[in-house]
Amino acid sequence: MKNRSLVSINDYSKEEIIKILDLAEEFEKNPRQETLKGKVIASLFFEPSTRTRLSFESAVQQLSGSIIGFASADTSSVSKGESLKDTILTVSNYSDLIVMRHPVEGSARYASEVSPVPIINAGDGANQHPTQCLLDLYSIRKTQGTLDNLDITFVGDLKYGRTVHSLAIALCHFNTRFHLVSPVELKLPSAVKRHIKEAKLQYEQYTSLNEVIDASDIIYMTRIQRERFPDPLEYEKVKNVYNLNNSMLSGSKDNLRILHPLPRVNEISIDVDTNAKAYYFEQALNGVYVRQAILASILALK
Amino acid sequence: MNKKRKELIVSAINNGTVIDHIPTESVFQVIRILGLDKTKNQVYFGTNLDSKKYGLKGIIKISDTYFANEEINKIALVAPSATLIEIKDFEVVRKANVTIPDNIEKIVKCFNPNCITNKQEVPTRFSVIYDENGNLKLACHYCEKNTSKENLTFV
Repeated sequence: MKNRSLVSINDYSKEEIIKILDLAEEFEKNPRQETLKGKVIASLFFEPSTRTRLSFESAVQQLSGSIIGFASADTSSVSKGESLKDTILTVSNYSDLIVMRHPVEGSARYASEVSPVPIINAGDGANQHPTQCLLDLYSIRKTQGTLDNLDITFVGDLKYGRTVHSLAIALCHFNTRFHLVSPVELKLPSAVKRHIKEAKLQYEQYTSLNEVIDASDIIYMTRIQRERFPDPLEYEKVKNVYNLNNSMLSGSKDNLRILHPLPRVNEISIDVDTNAKAYYFEQALNGVYVRQAILASILALK
Repeated sequence: MNKKRKELIVSAINNGTVIDHIPTESVFQVIRILGLDKTKNQVYFGTNLDSKKYGLKGIIKISDTYFANEEINKIALVAPSATLIEIKDFEVVRKANVTIPDNIEKIVKCFNPNCITNKQEVPTRFSVIYDENGNLKLACHYCEKNTSKENLTFV
């Protein structure tokens, strides 16, 4: 992984994924170290994101690295019409690694091809979000004790939800049984299903959430994202279809945990928050350790 | 219509390449993909010619030009049935069929409007994949979306 960009979860083999998760476990025990001392990390957010950006910045600062960058495109030279290539080439002069979020799909792959320093994709449009994927895997392993042979239920926007795409592809390494709950309009794209079929794994598609809750080890809820819909009418039709509340969990397995990449709107009721099966806020904390592990392994410091 | 008559419709070349059995509607695309609109050599082409096998076909003849396999295979997306005939001194020295390559670069657009290749000056790159029904699809190297054959547009 040394000096290699992380653009898509497909860039990592099963062994590399496990190596990151093991390293993240070490950082969880000891998150404040001087691992990144003297390193400059550029954080280029061409599209705003509170959670991912702050999680990366916290990961870097806890490891004594420094951060440069911008939090939105209007405060950068992009607003003057600079091409992505020029921005990346310029910033790579000032930094050892670039963390980048961009609204255009494929922008991170392209940046990794023109950049002399490694790129970490922190989300490229509706395409990939590999660091979220790794923290999701970390959270699943931590709560279940294993990644193998689990019943994992994805709920909500499976079409535009990039976290769902990356995670579903990664789980194909681990003999997962997939339960896919979505409105017909928001089914998992065939490009992602192809991975599940190639791995010869089981998947079932549902439109109703109730029938799969009790069989699940993990329920991965997603927000129906208004900003991804080309047609606002399509959004209005489906925005409130799933709402998970506490009473629905009464027959669920003891080891069930509910994950959500956050931010949540109304797909998980607040009454679930106090249920021991709710795991979404701890999940967000795991993101710091996982990002520490990714940074350290790409910069070959661990 | 016999073979001799066709040779008369699109005149013979003494050295170069004949691309025969092109779907007639694809002739101009083939010309563009191979850059024949910019060559200094003589190019003859015919469309809507009678063909025993295909009903109608197109043909292109290019003087003093021979193609590397990977170059000629670029036309396989629009002319999978095409045959390549190389001619030296009016004699056929080689005949070959085109085959669809594993990777396609620059000639096709990604159908995802939000792909970097449609937003900035980035040449397209695809790998050729087949779905479970055997349909050809192009998987974008950048945005990872698949473009199916019905959605193919050429750069």
